[in-house]
Amino acid sequence: MSKLMGTIREAIEKAGLKDGMTISFHHHMRNGDYVLNMVLEEAAAMGIRDLTINASSIFDIHEPLIEHIKNGVVTQIECNYMGGRVGKAISQGIMEKPVIFRTHGGRAGDMERGASRIDIAFLAAPCADPMGNLSGKYGPSACGSLGYAFSDAMYAKKVVAVTDHLVPYPLQDASIDEGYVDYVVQTEQIGDPARIVSGTTKITRDPVGLRIAGLAAQVVKHSGYLKNGFSFQTGAGGASLAVAKYVEEMMEKDHIKGSFCMGGITGYMVDMANKGFFDTILDVQCFDLKAIESIRENPKHREISAMRYASPAAKSAAVDSLDVVILGATQVDLDFNVNVHTDSNGYIMGGSGGHSDTAAGSKLAIIVAPLIRARLPLIVDRVLCKSTPGETVDVIVTQRGIAVNPRQKELRDRLIKAGLPVRDIRELKKMAEEIAGVPRPVEMGDKVVAQVLYRDGTLLDTIKNVAEI
Amino acid sequence: MKILKNAVAGTLESSDLFIQIEPDDTELVLEIDSVVANQYMDAIRGAVLETLKEFDVSTGKIFIKDKGALDCVIRARMETALKRGGVEKE
Repeated sequence: MSKLMGTIREAIEKAGLKDGMTISFHHHMRNGDYVLNMVLEEAAAMGIRDLTINASSIFDIHEPLIEHIKNGVVTQIECNYMGGRVGKAISQGIMEKPVIFRTHGGRAGDMERGASRIDIAFLAAPCADPMGNLSGKYGPSACGSLGYAFSDAMYAKKVVAVTDHLVPYPLQDASIDEGYVDYVVQTEQIGDPARIVSGTTKITRDPVGLRIAGLAAQVVKHSGYLKNGFSFQTGAGGASLAVAKYVEEMMEKDHIKGSFCMGGITGYMVDMANKGFFDTILDVQCFDLKAIESIRENPKHREISAMRYASPAAKSAAVDSLDVVILGATQVDLDFNVNVHTDSNGYIMGGSGGHSDTAAGSKLAIIVAPLIRARLPLIVDRVLCKSTPGETVDVIVTQRGIAVNPRQKELRDRLIKAGLPVRDIRELKKMAEEIAGVPRPVEMGDKVVAQVLYRDGTLLDTIKNVAEI
Repeated sequence: MKILKNAVAGTLESSDLFIQIEPDDTELVLEIDSVVANQYMDAIRGAVLETLKEFDVSTGKIFIKDKGALDCVIRARMETALKRGGVEKE
């Protein structure tokens, strides 16, 4: 038997793609991904219509989607994150059916529970053998972890692997094994390596960012969680990394040895683990070249699936053992609800990713963000989209002060006792408005362009179209 | 007072604004493009008009690209543009 197909078209035909089906993609190729565009171009050329795209994330490189939507090739999108290019078109109302947003854990969980069904999964595979053993760690388009692709491989009815680095059977260090894969296609290039990962991720030098990071690190210190066995997740943004740097300094000073760090992994977290600050790295996605090298070479650096990372349908997931997570926000409201789906004008330009999963699972969820960003105050009466419920958000850290969720009274007292600038969230809002002026509220349109599902599959919020002025 | 020559001030960085001014003897033309137009257009226009009034300038062409500048920044950039354009405060 041979699983090897000559072209994507042949694989699409063999897998039996038909009008109205749901096909899935993972986003480890990030903004360098060619696979989603290649598959849709071929499907469009074959005259296939009415497809649902379930992609763990949509990036700006997927802009050709807009034409496929207008031409009726794609009639629905499900994803956990959507970049601004496609997001803007969606917000302008180009689709009949609303986009369905999930979280990273929720997407995997919905597949596990059978609530989200995939007809054909197309897996970008940086390395594959002819029988479909797959890895992200090797090859010219290496991306490291294949974390988000596991659920697609396990639950899709048919699985097509697309690779640009075919190796002889058996690929020794396979992440997804041949038992799940129906067809393998070799193409010239599955992605643009320069855009799959960053060369290096750097800590911010912006004084406001450093001030926020310094305060956030103090919150971590005085929260009581920074002790032996400490577990930690932070993002790849410059300010999030700066928090890691300050936390590292504290761990070094107080001889604290952590248990694990998790998330999208950067070289910075790899260095922390190598210096002995963490025993284990749990990696659902690599953000830079150093992280990829580490996941290939370092046995402490473990690849985990989205299910293991954050699925609410699993008996347990790693987020349930997480002490502290550092997260971002475009808006926060007086009830501590966080918006990471839209910008301040209501245009879609993001998504939860693992935001609400980690906020819910962790013991302490800290939001770091500047109080004012290009004149717009962070804190508003009501977020334009509720991405993460306020009940799961513990602390908001800005350069002008820290707001603690009233549910965390003990934590609030600890931080005040430590001399940190704790303020009522209303006071922070007022401070920003005195500097920037009170913003005129944004009016959204009447058409629902997206539904935001919480990690358990329930409807959390809807996003309306942006009314053109 | 009048704008005597073309001048610019500011940058296109986030939280700043870029201002171009040109002489015009008959009318005041004010074009503002802002990333926070939805939230702050009235405030931006107000700050620009007040600065013009302070310098007693009633005609000229003013083109603004705003990237979310605070009020004080708008006023400071306006003042610089006007002075570069030959306007002097009485």
